[in-house]
Amino acid sequence: MAEGQKGWDRNQMAARAALELRDGMYVNLGIGIPTLVANYIPAGVNVTLQSENGMLGMGPFPFEGEEDPDLINAGKQTITELPQTAYFDSAQSFAMIRGGKIAMAILGAMEVNQEGDLANWMIPGKLVKGMGGAMDLVAGVGRVVVVMDHTSKHGESKVLKHCTLPLTGKGVVDRIITNLGVLDVGHKGLHIVECADFVTEAELRAATEATIVD
Amino acid sequence: MNKVFPTAQAALEGVLFDGMTIAAGGFGLCGIPELLIEAIFDAGTRNLTIASNNAGVDGFGLGILLATRQVKKMISSYVGENAEFMRQYLSGELELEFNPQGTLAERLRAGGAGIPGFYTRTGVGTVIAEGKEHKEFDGKTYILERGIVADLSIVKAWRGDPSGNLEFRKTARNFNPPAATAGKICVAEVEEIVPMGALDPDKIHLPGIYVHRMIQGEHEKRIENRTTRKKEAV
Repeated sequence: MAEGQKGWDRNQMAARAALELRDGMYVNLGIGIPTLVANYIPAGVNVTLQSENGMLGMGPFPFEGEEDPDLINAGKQTITELPQTAYFDSAQSFAMIRGGKIAMAILGAMEVNQEGDLANWMIPGKLVKGMGGAMDLVAGVGRVVVVMDHTSKHGESKVLKHCTLPLTGKGVVDRIITNLGVLDVGHKGLHIVECADFVTEAELRAATEATIVD
Repeated sequence: MNKVFPTAQAALEGVLFDGMTIAAGGFGLCGIPELLIEAIFDAGTRNLTIASNNAGVDGFGLGILLATRQVKKMISSYVGENAEFMRQYLSGELELEFNPQGTLAERLRAGGAGIPGFYTRTGVGTVIAEGKEHKEFDGKTYILERGIVADLSIVKAWRGDPSGNLEFRKTARNFNPPAATAGKICVAEVEEIVPMGALDPDKIHLPGIYVHRMIQGEHEKRIENRTTRKKEAV
């Protein structure tokens, strides 16, 4: 592959995010690319997926004709249960989130900044859907990994010095995975963990508005 | 005391009034009290404040109360599936108080448990925290959120016995138990009322003390987002 595709596509980003998972973890996956992470869980790694509408041990989509209206995930998609599944109510669900029992959340983002602030729920005047469980998740879980496109359709960086959109959480993001690479949030700025396929460090820096320290 | 009523309309007799606050169970269209919502639509009760995680869709669930402008204010975490909702909100006809989902669940639980407020990390540093008391515990900042006590709770369960003990099914439990406890009066609709003693006392999800009236009915149980996989050919 001398002339490979520059950067990662959605599935490659999901596969990279799946490498964050550790055996035995309880994990919450957000809507969009994070949902795809479930397809790339490494062999030998057993994780339990939490769906914040009241389920631990989320299984795959049902076979056609076997959909159950009483069994959906937080994206309102029909799903299935597993042998280890447990159901509970919404107060209990967020008690385990707020109480720090969920090891990791992998979420989408509209903007993120070098201090770990995350914006992913609202565009004033345009998109008014609500935060759902995202604010509770980023405030409560052990580790927050964000998966997102590095730049907007217009080529503007979404990895910023300061977020411009209303925040979901302040200082909550630990790691950022984009189509161009992986960055960690540090005390004085972002650290480059790795570059995506055929992306140079210089290209990653050039696409990032936030301050990158070593 | 008889808790079982013949119809949703009968079960809501005398408990509806204009300007009331209602806590409703359900997540998306899953586990929503669809029959009681229809009865409130028929009753024409107005100026409602409704605490519900979502607002239904156009033409189903709480969406039907929005279409008739019976709702003054929604307290919700996510309303993205409802075009009429969006139109009324953006034009200023409908008030909307966004609550983070876990904060809404806990506000209902707390309200039903006699807890007027609680501190949470959720929303600190965001618009949600504006105007709320901030307090530091062990070096971390929390905000004060209030419990919700509603005039009426409407919930949906799978099975119930005549004493009001309820059993839910899979993820249709969701907001129903916390919403049920938050109401001064709780009306439940179930798919099946079973004889006393038919439910295992160890498997009751919501004890009948929280349920004042109940009905049995047929539920459409509409699926909002049908996702499947194909059976692989062997």
